[in-house]
Amino acid sequence: MLEIRNLHAKVGGVEILRGVDLTVRAGEVHAVMGPNGSGKSTLAHVLAGRPGYEVTAGEVIYENHNLFDLAPEERAQEGIFLAFQYPVEIPGVSNSYFLRAGLNAIRKERGEPEIDAFEFLALVREKLKVVQMDESFLNRSINEGFSGGEKKRNEILQMAVLEPKLAILDEADSGLDVDALRIVANGVNELRREDRAIVVVTHYQRILNYLVPDFTHILLNGRIVKSGDRELAKQVEEHGYAWIEKETAKTSQAEGRTLQA
Amino acid sequence: MSDSSHDIESLANREYKWGFVTDIEQDTIPPGLNEDVIRHISAKKGEPSWMLEWRLKAYRRWLEMTEPHWPHVHYDPIDYQSIVYYAAPKKQDGPASLDEVDPELLRTFEKLGIPLAEQKQLTGVAVDAVFDSVSVATTFKEKLGELGIIFCSMSEALRDHSELVKKYIGSVVPYSDNFFATLNSAVFTDGSFVYVPKGVRCPMELSTYFRINAQKTGQFERTLIVADEGSHVSYLEGCTAPMRDENQLHAAVVELVALENAEIKYSTVQNWYPGDKDGRGGIFNFVTKRGRCAGRRSKISWTQVETGSAITWKYPSVLLQGDDSIGEFYSVAVTNNRQQADTGTKMIHIGKNTRSTIVSKGISAGRGQNTYRGLVEVHPRATDARNYTQCDSLLIGDRCGAHTFPYIDARNSEAVVEHEACTSKIGEDQLFYCQQRGISAEDAVSMIVNGFCKQVFRELPMEFAVEAQKLLGVTLEGSVG
Ligand SMILES: Nc1ncnc2c1ncn2[C@@H]1O[C@H](COP(=O)(O)OP(=O)(O)OP(=O)(O)O)[C@@H](O)[C@H]1O
Ligand SMILES: [Mg+2]
Repeated sequence: MLEIRNLHAKVGGVEILRGVDLTVRAGEVHAVMGPNGSGKSTLAHVLAGRPGYEVTAGEVIYENHNLFDLAPEERAQEGIFLAFQYPVEIPGVSNSYFLRAGLNAIRKERGEPEIDAFEFLALVREKLKVVQMDESFLNRSINEGFSGGEKKRNEILQMAVLEPKLAILDEADSGLDVDALRIVANGVNELRREDRAIVVVTHYQRILNYLVPDFTHILLNGRIVKSGDRELAKQVEEHGYAWIEKETAKTSQAEGRTLQA
Repeated sequence: MSDSSHDIESLANREYKWGFVTDIEQDTIPPGLNEDVIRHISAKKGEPSWMLEWRLKAYRRWLEMTEPHWPHVHYDPIDYQSIVYYAAPKKQDGPASLDEVDPELLRTFEKLGIPLAEQKQLTGVAVDAVFDSVSVATTFKEKLGELGIIFCSMSEALRDHSELVKKYIGSVVPYSDNFFATLNSAVFTDGSFVYVPKGVRCPMELSTYFRINAQKTGQFERTLIVADEGSHVSYLEGCTAPMRDENQLHAAVVELVALENAEIKYSTVQNWYPGDKDGRGGIFNFVTKRGRCAGRRSKISWTQVETGSAITWKYPSVLLQGDDSIGEFYSVAVTNNRQQADTGTKMIHIGKNTRSTIVSKGISAGRGQNTYRGLVEVHPRATDARNYTQCDSLLIGDRCGAHTFPYIDARNSEAVVEHEACTSKIGEDQLFYCQQRGISAEDAVSMIVNGFCKQVFRELPMEFAVEAQKLLGVTLEGSVG
């Protein structure tokens, strides 16, 4: 579904991604972990097509498309969904209007008819249950005045409505209390499907208790330096990243020697 | 400037779709202004002599006045002798019954979305259609007449309801008020007149549609609305003009009078030709609009959506004379390319316990310059006066400007005057957030702008809200929203 090869990207003139390789297949859940500033959000944004990021090398193939040929909205219409680490507020535009506009844009791309306000309401009511949100959130301006936790739940609601093929969740769990974490994680788990892949960016392995990943990757200094299974996440939580850093330093030294030789 | 802010800006550019010219035989007079021109206009309309005297008084006063230059707008000097002060479709000297109206005119208005033919009329909206200097048709007149409501062109009112006009014309905006209002008093050609009798709630929206067609012509219309005690009326005004390379002057005057317990709601969607992207051509929209809450517990509410014109210079205001009277001003002003707008309101609190609300939303794109200028004045006798002002600016791109000049003159120490202001940019993060949900950048800008204007749009009558949103290239919020 997604094939990232040797991806390099700059932001503000600084190289942040320095050769990311990652393969994600349908039905899989991947966890991406890494210290602050290692480039996790940058990777998510580059995949979603946020302006201001310059791809300097490498390629990304998504469902037979060269991803970088697609505009951000086309990527969304093709099924890429990004749950934002910092969801954006848009005053005066209701949550439900926004969601319906997005859904209809995606349906149009798929050749499906537009969904009217009544059908939409019925649909969104079902989806609200996934994240246990109150209907009153539909009529409020997008994320305006939402608490941190409410914003995160709202992102997952959007994912539930838009039914993406590839969902990238950038710290969907940060700032959530214990109950909300369970609700969000279980919600996402419910959305797990054979034909859908999920990439979870997180600092904490606890979300992975509910949403068990098939693979865990460690992003360090703009590269995926180690991949493993669910256990790797636990090791990171216990021991931090220092040991991985050391390991990588050794291998790159070794690489350096081979190059010199 | 970054690429993406350039993108945002280009999205805001829209084509002017109302720029066509109607090919029709015109009865025009040569350009230029003197007492003979004024006599000619007055004679054309068969006006009573007091009206001509009033016009001449205004003209002589105007000769002594100088054009104001305090607004935050720039333009080349206007040559008042090169303007044509009267132009009318040949076959028509005033409003006729619909089957007498030139089909070409009916087609023009239909093309503008204002069907006048009886069977196609918009339900619930009575229309007075003004083409250059004259009113060509007024719909639903008889039906309104049954309730005693007078809705007709100003020319007709001067013939048939001369006493009423005489009593109220100039009572809110005196002939000597300001340079452009004084010019209008001298040369005004048509406009609408409304009188709603005591205790009557007008059952439909009244509306005037102004169309400038002729070349080198100025449009000087004058509208007067009087709501007698306990009455209620909602009035809409819309306007467009062909695309021409020269600037055309539109200097209108609108006067509203609300007597005890009466309410007037006046809505404008102004879409005069704004000029091309380099600032060539377009309408100079220099308008004086003022309402007088003459009686106790009366209410006047202005709502305006200003999207057109090269330059807009107007301050729909309310004189709050009656105790417990209410004044409101809701405004959206959009400037794009080289457009300039200096607009706002004046709320003059004279009576006791008077309230006013001001909500102004300025949107600037391209090299547009948008100025809010407002005055809240509280007289010493106006105890317990209250004002709430909110003025927000939205910038699209980084070559445009927003300016606010709120003046407060409170001469009563108990007055409560609140002011809030904020300026924001359409954020790239907002735009990206929408795009990430599948919404095109173009629709996203519309959506964000629409959200910004929501407080004002919801004050508009339904039909107009739709029109206004379309004008901003915006889709209507869903019924679930
Ligand atoms: N516009 C910019 N100009 C310069 N540097 C930037 C810019 N945007 C991001 N960066 C830098 O890129 C690096 C990676 O940021 P990114 O947000 O991808 O990290 P992250 O792994 O998501 O961190 P966190 O765990 O804190 O969310 C950081 O050092 C950040 O300061
Ligand atoms: Mg991050």
